[in-house]
Amino acid sequence: MNTAKVSESIHFQQKLGEETGYLKMIWQRFFKHHMAVTGTVVFLLIVLMAVLAPWLAPMDPNRVDPVSFQSAPSAAHILGTDDVGRDVLSRLLYAARVSLSVGLGAVAIYVMIGTLIGAVAGFFGGWIDGLLMRITDIFMSFPYLMVILVLVSVMGPSLTNIIVVLGVLGWPQVARIVRGSVLQIKQMDYVKAAVALGYSAPRIVFSHILPNAFAPILVNATFGMANAIITESSLSFLGMGVQPPTASWGNMLTQAQSLTVLSSQPWMWLPSGFMIVIAVLSINFMGDGLRDAVDPKSFR
Amino acid sequence: MQPLLKVEGLKKYYPIRKGFFTSRKGYVKAVDHLSFQVFPGETLGIVGESGSGKSTMGRTVIRLEEPTEGRILFNNQDISRSSMAELRGLRKEMQIIFQDPYSSLNPRKRIGDLLAEPMQVHFSFDDSTTKQKVNDLLEIVGLSQQHRNRYPHEFSGGQRQRIGIARALTLQPKLIVCDEPVSALDVSIQSQILNLLKELQGEFQLTYLFIAHGLAAVKYVSDRIAVMYLGQIVELAPTQEIFKQPKHPYTQALLDAYPAADPIVRNRERIVLEGDIPSPAHPPQGCRFHTRCPFAQTRCQEEEPLLNGEHHLVACHFPLS
Amino acid sequence: MLQYIARRIVIAVPVLFGVTIFNFVIMHLAPGNPVDMFVNPFATEADIAIKKAQLGLNDPIWVQYIHWLQNLLQGNLGYSFSTYEPVTQMISVRFGPTFLLMGSSLLIAYLLAIPIGIISATRQYSTIDYTATTFSFLGVSIPHFFMGLGAIYLFAVVWPVFPTGGMNQLGGDGGLSDTLRHLILPALVLGTGVAGNMVRYVRSSMLEVLGQDYLRTARAKGLREFIVTNKHALRNAMIPIITIIGLDIPLLVGGAVVTEQIFQWPGLGQLTIQSINSRDYPTLMAINFIAAAVVLLSNLLTDIMYSVVDPRIKYNK
Repeated sequence: MNTAKVSESIHFQQKLGEETGYLKMIWQRFFKHHMAVTGTVVFLLIVLMAVLAPWLAPMDPNRVDPVSFQSAPSAAHILGTDDVGRDVLSRLLYAARVSLSVGLGAVAIYVMIGTLIGAVAGFFGGWIDGLLMRITDIFMSFPYLMVILVLVSVMGPSLTNIIVVLGVLGWPQVARIVRGSVLQIKQMDYVKAAVALGYSAPRIVFSHILPNAFAPILVNATFGMANAIITESSLSFLGMGVQPPTASWGNMLTQAQSLTVLSSQPWMWLPSGFMIVIAVLSINFMGDGLRDAVDPKSFR
Repeated sequence: MQPLLKVEGLKKYYPIRKGFFTSRKGYVKAVDHLSFQVFPGETLGIVGESGSGKSTMGRTVIRLEEPTEGRILFNNQDISRSSMAELRGLRKEMQIIFQDPYSSLNPRKRIGDLLAEPMQVHFSFDDSTTKQKVNDLLEIVGLSQQHRNRYPHEFSGGQRQRIGIARALTLQPKLIVCDEPVSALDVSIQSQILNLLKELQGEFQLTYLFIAHGLAAVKYVSDRIAVMYLGQIVELAPTQEIFKQPKHPYTQALLDAYPAADPIVRNRERIVLEGDIPSPAHPPQGCRFHTRCPFAQTRCQEEEPLLNGEHHLVACHFPLS
Repeated sequence: MLQYIARRIVIAVPVLFGVTIFNFVIMHLAPGNPVDMFVNPFATEADIAIKKAQLGLNDPIWVQYIHWLQNLLQGNLGYSFSTYEPVTQMISVRFGPTFLLMGSSLLIAYLLAIPIGIISATRQYSTIDYTATTFSFLGVSIPHFFMGLGAIYLFAVVWPVFPTGGMNQLGGDGGLSDTLRHLILPALVLGTGVAGNMVRYVRSSMLEVLGQDYLRTARAKGLREFIVTNKHALRNAMIPIITIIGLDIPLLVGGAVVTEQIFQWPGLGQLTIQSINSRDYPTLMAINFIAAAVVLLSNLLTDIMYSVVDPRIKYNK
C-alpha cells in the first residue's frame, strides 16, 4: 500500500467516524461481501475440523493397517489408505492442524517483526530508517522459496523450523506497510499533541500510532496466512517440510510424483490437494472482503 | 518584568535534497532570524500569510520542530538544545492547541482517556482524583462529564476544539501556543472559542502565543501583535498601535485587505498586494517585501532592514507615518 | 534521469552484497562437513586436515567469503560437491531451459491477465467480473504443484495429448516442435498461477483510472466507449501494470522450482532441489546469487520503466 492510499484511508476513517464507529462500519461492509462471508464460514469449519480432529477421525492417523495398503475407498476406509496403509481421511483431518499452525504461527511471528521494524523506521526516521529499509530491501530481494528451501534444509525440516523460517523471512512487506502508515500518522496533529504532552516514544508508537495503522496490517496478515499455507504444503510436497509420519496436506501429495499413484490411485492425492485449495481460497476470500471493507475507494 | 519566553535569532531551515544521496541543494528558510519576547499573562498575536513561517515558528518554540539556530529561553532556561528526555519534564509548562480539530484528536481514544493520559504520565494522582480532574476540565471548557465515554467522532468541530483546549490544560501549563485555533471553525463558533480562551487566560494566568492568518482574528485577543513575512517579523507593536498606525507597508496592506465600514477610510488609497508570496527557498535580496512593495526603492533591493524601535518595532527603510 | 538510474544501481549493489553474505553465512551453518564429500571414507585425520587446508576451510569465515567473492568476479563459482563439475558450467546448461519456461509463462500470464482484467473492470459487478475474480482467486489459491499434478493427470494420463515431463522425447530428434510440446503444460501451469495475481492488479488499477475525472470528460466530449477505454484509460492504467513485472519475478522464480521439479524440466529449479538433496552448497550459493541478481535487476528495470512511463515521478528522493 503506498503512502497516498494510507493517508486516504486515515482521512476516510475520520470521515466515516462522523456517522458510525469505524469498526462497526467495517464489520457491516464485510458482511455485505458474500464471498468473504462464505470464506469465513468455510475457514471456521476447517478450524473446527483441526480442533476436533481426535474426535472426528475414524482412526489414528499414523496407524498402519497391515492388510490394506494403497486400497481404494471402502467402508472401512472412506477415502482409502496410503502407500503404507494409513487411513487417508484421518490423516486429512489431522493435517489441518499442521496447515493452520503454520499459517497462524508464521504470520504471528512476521507481523510482530515487521510491525516493530516498520514502526521504528517510520517513527525515528533518519539513518535508522535508511538502515532498516536497506535491510528490508535485502530481505525482499531474496528469491523467497529458494532461500526458504535452503534454510529449512540447513536447519532440518520440521514443523517448528518451517514456522520459524517463514516467520523470519516474511516480515518485509509488513515492515513497509507499517512504515508508510507510521510516516503518515506521525504527521497527524494528535501525534504532535502526544509529543507536546511529553509522552515517551514507546507510548506514542504503541498506544497512539499503531492502533491507527491496524487495518492494512490485518489485511496483509490474512493474505500472508494463505501464502504461508501454500508455502508449507509446497515444502512438504518437495520433502523439505513436515516429515512423515506426521501428516501434512503437502506431504500426502508427495507420492503423486510417481506416475502410478498419479494415474491410478487418485484417492491418495486428490483429497489433500483439494483441502489445500479450499483452505487457501477461503482465507483469500476473507482477505479480499477485509481489504474492500477497509479500503476507502470501494466505499460508495 | 521577566519575559516568560524569550526567542533570540531563531532559525528553522529545511534542507532541500537533490542528486546523489544527501548533497544539499539549498534550504527552505521557514523561520529566519526571529527575536521576540512574551511576558507572563499576555497574548502575543502572530499574523502572516500562508508560507510566512508562523506555524513553524510556533511549533519550533515549544520544540515540536528542531530549531536550526538560535536560542529559546523559557523561564530563563535555554531549551533550544535540550534533549527529548530533558524536554519531557518541561512539556508540562508549554502546550499547543491545533488548527484542525479533526486531526488533533486520536480517533481511537475516548475523551476521558484522552484527558486522563497526560495526568497519568506526569502526575501520580489516584484514579478517583484523575477522574475528578477530568470532570472538572470538561466542565471548564463547557462540556459535561457524560461526554467522557464518547469518541472524538461523536462531537462537532467546535466541541472537538473544546476538547483540544481541555487537553492542553491538563498539565496546568504556563504557555499555550494557539495555532490558528478558530480558523477551521464556523464563524458562529469562532467567537465562542475565543471567549473561552480569554476566560481561561484570566482564570489560570495563561500566556498565549496566538497564531492567526489575518489581523481581524487576533485583534480581539492580543495585547501585542507581530506581523510575519517570509520567516521574519516585519512589525511588532501593541494591538492598538498596529491598527491605528501601522508603520510597515505590508501591515497596511493586510489592514486594507478588509473592507472598511467608514466611508472616509474607504476612499483613502489602499495598498493592494499583487502577486504571490515569494518562495522561502529563494527569498528576495535586501528587504524581502520589496518585490511586492509599492514604495520600494533601490535601497530596499540592496540592504536588509532590521527590526527597530522601542515599543513599536518595524523593519522598514521607509516606514509609513 | 541518468543520475536517477545510477543512484538506483548504487543502491542495488550493497543489497546484492547483503544477499550473498546472508547466503554465505547460512551455508556455513549447515551441518555436514564438505570435506567428507571429497575424500574417500578411509582417509585419515591427517588427510582430511590437508584437504581442509587446501579448500581454505580453516580460514576465518570472512576470508572465505572474500575468496568466494574474488572467484565470483572472475566468473568462477567453484566446484560442485556432488558432480565435481565447475558450477559455472552446470548452471549455464540449465539457464536456457529455465529462461524459456519463465519467459513463456510470463507471456502467457500477460496474455491472460491484461484482457481479462480490463474486461472485468469495464464490466464491474457483472457476471463476467465475478467469474474472472473467482478464477483469479483460484489461480492464486491452487499451489503450483497441485495444479501441475492435475494438469499431468488430465492432459497426459486421462487424455494423453502432452508428455508427462522432461524437455525432449527420449531418443527423439530434440527439435523445436518437440520442445514446444513439452513446454506447453509447465508454462501454462506456471503462467496461470502468476496470472491469477495479475488479473486482480490489472482490474484494480483499471478501475482506479476509470473513475478519474478526465475519463468523464472524454465521455462528455462524446468519444466512443471503445476509444475511452482503450486509448485514454488503458494508457494510464499501464503505469501500475508495468510495476508488477518486478513483483512477479520472485514469484516466478519460486514457482519455477516447484514446476520444474514436477515436470522434470531440466532447469535451475530442478537443479536447486537436486543440490539441496545432495547438500551441494557451492551450486546452491551460485543459484541463489543468480536468482537474487535477477530479482534485483527486475526491480531496477521496473523502477526505471516506471519513471520513463510516468512523468510525474521525480528523480530526487
